[in-house]
Amino acid sequence: MAERSPVTRRTLWLVLSLVFAFLYIPIAVLVALSFNEGGLPTAWSGFSLKWYASLANNSAILSAALNTLIVALVSTAIATLLGTLLAIGVEMRRQYGKGLEALIFAPMIIPDIVLAIALLSFFSMLNLTMGLHTIILAHVVFNLAFVCSVVRARLKSFDWSIVEASADLGASAITTFRRVTLPVIAPAVIAGALLAFTLSVDEFIIAFFTAGAGRASTTLPMQIYAMIRFGITPEINALATIVMAVSITALTLSQRLNRGIIGQ
Amino acid sequence: MAPALVWLTALMVVPCALVLALAFFRRGIYGGIDYTFTLENFGLVFDPLYAGIFLKSARIAGTATLIAVVIGYAAAYAISAAPRRWQPVFLFFAVLPFWSNYLIRTYAWIVLLNREGLITQLLRWLGYTGEPPSMLYTEGAVIAGLVYNYLPFVILACYAPLSRLNPELAEASRDLGASAATTFRRVILPLTVPGIAAGAVFVFVLSIGNFVTPALLGGGRFQMIGNLVYDQFLTANDWPFGAALAMALIAIMLLVLMVQALAADRASGRAAQTKGDADG
Repeated sequence: MAERSPVTRRTLWLVLSLVFAFLYIPIAVLVALSFNEGGLPTAWSGFSLKWYASLANNSAILSAALNTLIVALVSTAIATLLGTLLAIGVEMRRQYGKGLEALIFAPMIIPDIVLAIALLSFFSMLNLTMGLHTIILAHVVFNLAFVCSVVRARLKSFDWSIVEASADLGASAITTFRRVTLPVIAPAVIAGALLAFTLSVDEFIIAFFTAGAGRASTTLPMQIYAMIRFGITPEINALATIVMAVSITALTLSQRLNRGIIGQ
Repeated sequence: MAPALVWLTALMVVPCALVLALAFFRRGIYGGIDYTFTLENFGLVFDPLYAGIFLKSARIAGTATLIAVVIGYAAAYAISAAPRRWQPVFLFFAVLPFWSNYLIRTYAWIVLLNREGLITQLLRWLGYTGEPPSMLYTEGAVIAGLVYNYLPFVILACYAPLSRLNPELAEASRDLGASAATTFRRVILPLTVPGIAAGAVFVFVLSIGNFVTPALLGGGRFQMIGNLVYDQFLTANDWPFGAALAMALIAIMLLVLMVQALAADRASGRAAQTKGDADG
């Protein structure tokens, strides 16, 4: 802000401070309350980790966390594989058919509630027993679209002639992929996988509709939603703090690996 | 690429087509679906009761969009005016909350707004002794939640064109005697409209179909389209009507995206025209 008048500069800094206060105060309050002995937002009664300890003894939360981990890991693995292959296929052929673009773009913009009821109708029409496996099937849909878009961004600047050179020199398609293509796109693939993992860990509505009846397939966001509807409990604050720490770590890693995806 | 396309077709295209088809059937007497063709479900969408919910959803989404764009643009402008090496850091921290859990970010507002929440405590501490204000479970709370959740994206969308802006353009405008306000209105704003439009469409589309925020911050009986769809599928058990509502939601979304695409086309056409005139 070098060439601006002092008044303008001060206004701009004020705007920034206000916006960051707006963005971070609600989160900071949650984190602070999770360490509050009494657990109430009304009074600070001393630092304590007891709400974290009580989380560790809550079997409903632990089993939900395990379910979330299973769903996120499996759906991320499938989506990373399929999404990467899709990105390579589309970019290598340079086929930007409008229908194809729409198909790949759609999972990212379709309202969650619409995809959720569509999958619920579909699964129940097939008489499929719903559970973790149906959540995984559903999560792969949007995860593969995100992985694909991250990898495609990387491939835009990829020089395909080195793939041809590798083939001319006698390398098989698999060797070319392993030794030439993969090393170039690896950071984007990992960044895409981390993004998919985070999205899956946080996803609530689609999981809620495709989990089927019963508590066996409750995921962490479903558990959090039930707890929030029930009322404010100090345990949610602790749980929220842990979940935020996990997603923010995964995203920061993803950002570092693939500079500028989020910034583009 | 074939497996991925099969996956998308089987688990997105086919289910969505199924929902579209469902919307043309009748609800069975005992829940279920009666496979006789009807247009009743779409007629019901325009029933004053439900049309009212659509209008309310559009109003709430529109208000949230407007507020988010004003705050987001101001923030993006301030970031783009900061020293160059600080800009990526500010941008990163502006977007970071966007990647934490949506439910948790919404829950944070329950902690702030409830009757014995932090804002009430703050008012008491400042000497307020009356009844605690009822802020939670209002339309305002829903709007605040939507703005809070989607603001980072608007900042990101507006920052992109602002950071690419050639500072010499603004200088030239000032040198030619335009005031700061005129320079902003006639030079900076038109060049950054694409970013504003992208951010606005994003907030509007995600807000109008939102289910979680109205359910948590609007209270039990507060309804937007998303909640209405939810009810038809999980409580009222009228899947055909729920399907028709979902299709209406998709139609609104496509309409908004089309308007944006048209506006973007016109804007880039005009930019090319202006540039051609200047070059000529």
